[in-house]
Amino acid sequence: MADNKYAAYLCAGCGLGDAFDLGQTEKIALKEGKMHVVRRHDFLCSAAGVQTIRDDIEREGVTHVLVAACSRRAKTEAFRFPAVAMARANLREGVLWVVAEGSAHDEVRQEMADDYVRMGCAELKKMKLPAGNPDAATNRRILVVGGGMSGLTAAIEAADTGYDVVVVERQGALGGWAQRIWKRTPFRAPYAEPQDTGIVDLVDRVTAHPRIRVHLDATVAETAGAPGRFKVKIARESGGVTEEEVGAIVQATGFSTYDPAKLPALGGGAPHVVDQAGLEALAGAAAGGAIRRADGKAVASVVFVQCAGQRDDTGTHLPYCSGHCCATSIKQAMYFKDANPDVDTVVLYTDLRIPGMGEDFYRSAQRKGVTFTKGTVSRVESAGDACRVTFRDLILDEEAVVDADLVVLATGQVPNSGVDIDLPDDDATKAQQVSILNLNYRQGKDLPHLRHGFSDSHFICFPYETRRTGIYAAGPVRRPMDMAQATEDATGAALKAIQALENAALARAAHPRAGDLSYPIVRLEGCTQCKRCTVECPFGAIDEDERRFPVFNESRCRRCGTCMGACPVRVISFENYSVDTVGSQIKAVDMPDEFSEKPRILLLACENDAYPALDMAGMARTGYSAFVRAIPVRCLGSVNTIWITDALNAGYDGVMMMGCRKGDDYQCHFVKGSELAHYRMGKIDDTLKQLGLETERVVTHEVAITDGARVARLIDDYVAQINEIGMSPMKGFG
Amino acid sequence: MGATSTETNMADPNATALARYRNDFLKEVEERVEEGPWVKMCMQCGVCAGSCPFGPHWEHSPQKIFMMIRAGKRDEVLRSDSMWMCTSCYNCVVRCPRQLPITQIMHGLATYAHRLGLAPKLQPTRDFSLQFWDNCTRTGRVNELKLTMGVYFKDGLAAGIRKGWEMRRVALGLLKSGRLNPFELFGGHRCKDQKGVAAMLKKAREIEEQRKRAPG
Repeated sequence: MADNKYAAYLCAGCGLGDAFDLGQTEKIALKEGKMHVVRRHDFLCSAAGVQTIRDDIEREGVTHVLVAACSRRAKTEAFRFPAVAMARANLREGVLWVVAEGSAHDEVRQEMADDYVRMGCAELKKMKLPAGNPDAATNRRILVVGGGMSGLTAAIEAADTGYDVVVVERQGALGGWAQRIWKRTPFRAPYAEPQDTGIVDLVDRVTAHPRIRVHLDATVAETAGAPGRFKVKIARESGGVTEEEVGAIVQATGFSTYDPAKLPALGGGAPHVVDQAGLEALAGAAAGGAIRRADGKAVASVVFVQCAGQRDDTGTHLPYCSGHCCATSIKQAMYFKDANPDVDTVVLYTDLRIPGMGEDFYRSAQRKGVTFTKGTVSRVESAGDACRVTFRDLILDEEAVVDADLVVLATGQVPNSGVDIDLPDDDATKAQQVSILNLNYRQGKDLPHLRHGFSDSHFICFPYETRRTGIYAAGPVRRPMDMAQATEDATGAALKAIQALENAALARAAHPRAGDLSYPIVRLEGCTQCKRCTVECPFGAIDEDERRFPVFNESRCRRCGTCMGACPVRVISFENYSVDTVGSQIKAVDMPDEFSEKPRILLLACENDAYPALDMAGMARTGYSAFVRAIPVRCLGSVNTIWITDALNAGYDGVMMMGCRKGDDYQCHFVKGSELAHYRMGKIDDTLKQLGLETERVVTHEVAITDGARVARLIDDYVAQINEIGMSPMKGFG
Repeated sequence: MGATSTETNMADPNATALARYRNDFLKEVEERVEEGPWVKMCMQCGVCAGSCPFGPHWEHSPQKIFMMIRAGKRDEVLRSDSMWMCTSCYNCVVRCPRQLPITQIMHGLATYAHRLGLAPKLQPTRDFSLQFWDNCTRTGRVNELKLTMGVYFKDGLAAGIRKGWEMRRVALGLLKSGRLNPFELFGGHRCKDQKGVAAMLKKAREIEEQRKRAPG
């Protein structure tokens, strides 16, 4: 510590100098904050202001810098000093812009600013400059699992960007579904005619590419390691295992079709009833001529049954919409119409869902004379040489019947996503599932699943980010989609894979803390082998050694701090973010006594959504109470319950936590962090009761980044509630 | 409209159409009804049905009519009185996201049904249309008094007298202000070139026949 030199810089610009008695704040930084250097500047983010800081770092040997000015989210370019540890005290968005104007509020405004400077100083004292993770590895190859449209696109995009690629395909040829279909839904203007799939060309390009190596008839037998140093065993069907080392992985294992045999009422398995894949085979055999059934009869009338075994709310079949099938049926109806306009083609739908420019395609089919009838099909049965479809016409509101030579069932996509690792080990379904990646991770063999078996991939905000760092899901394994979307998806995933391995090579974190050099450090001598960190890590970054101590794979880590929040003995920390950096801030606040009528509310706000929302409340001048003290946290999952206990012991009257939305449609940047925090805080009620405190003294909220006005209201309502409950009886004991 | 002439030209147009199109009513509409080819472009959003000020008074909204055409319900469509209820406000045409000329299609269907002799006989709009057409083509101008009398007495003498009695104040007012000449009942005045009007209508009929024959 001898070499550390702490400096605080106070900005008087943006009206801060007029609003606050900065002379008093300077004294606080010097005496209470124990800063070695304290300077005030009228315009700190100006070139001259920044130069002052830079000079101090270079000439005075300053190692730790506190900038007491605007929010940590503002002026990040100006206040970028990578050589020193840095903290920010948010006096502008956090105080000046939210506390009501006028001299009546001068006192609380000044107290709030002084506290933020105290907190900044305290945080800085506990911080170290992150050195970069020791797990850095520099393998720059990309493994693509799956050789269909998505996989091949990912491979070619990565290879053309200059990265070596290894493709593993389970079957004997590349191409996947794309090579089994006759034409594809148009993806270019005028979106009127089925187009060539282009798969032959793509396969040729991949096969000929000098940067791409293809393993056919092969599966992944084991995946070990971390971004930048994955070791993958590739098992050939004929026997024999090749080992490849790669930096990142794209999983593009696609989908299987829902088995029509599960739909006997819709004629699944009956003669002259096929699914969409079956019709593609018939169309391929016809090669543009009249399409014939299996018995050789040329089809004169065909009925397409949409949503067959999909969007099912009875729990029997697929509950979701596969997204592509409406457009696919339109395309297939055109196969018939283009070969012979006299073929009767009827599409029975409940809602036509044709994303993208599909509306033009739909119109084109109507022009060609494809009949669209809104109805729900109840039965498909054989009637002589044909099929009889019974349905309810939803426009005319009556039962109706239509006969056809051929019935096509639009069944859905089922993802090839491997083992559902969240199922208990003795689950019968789990035993049948075949793993795709065979990860040797402590948490399980495959990517964790979403509700319907699709690979969980931060569905709403960051589509390709899975819960295994350096492994990116692309195409229908991630969500149901058509070929155009899969192509786009694969391109995105390839670029994310490149980012991941480049970051790994530089010892930096991947999304969402891209570039972060800090990493979790564990004091193993204090560890009780409770396994909470290894179980709760949303990204499966932590394995266990033979003595059941945690083994941190730093390159797999996203730096959310969920392990730090989980650890009951608090042995996990980051150099610049730890139980201490936050704990000391909590304790640094000047606590007014019980009779002051000035409650203190601790607000732990997720830095991804809640803290920006608070900033936005400031920017919009939506005021909130001056009794709140906000501390940004990396994720609500990193909140260790000791902070809550410490805060209550220190005399805080209430603790608010704000994190992202949790659940199936989560928006948590670290997937599980917000959920875990809610779960943990659900258990804190007992602690509160033991302390003799009301359970309302700790509250948790889900907040979105757009909730600027709402966060202000939540704070004010809470302060009003605390005033009703009364001040904490714990004041003065801490 | 030339109702009489078309009906005499073809022996039984309905039977001919049935024989020609068998079960394909949509095709029949496309080929024989004014703006018929648009019917297949309806996407069943129902905006027309929701926009129609007469919506609650029709048996079938345009949306349903289009669906019935696709479902091959020939008789129900052509015997429906729905098309006759259209007031040509063009609300549906303005709002249709697929830009279907719905008003024109409704009139096209009404005309087609009428020519086949399937339109409902006692439908008041149809009856009025026929009287109006007859009235104005006879002399080249509309004889309002004769038209009014025709409409009043269409349900018989007693009903006509009752209706006339109800409207007596209006009639007297018109008479006083010189807007109603009772002598118009006997002949009335005509347009200058009555023969020219007749020739014009004849030509129009010829063009229409030609057009109908052209695609088929």
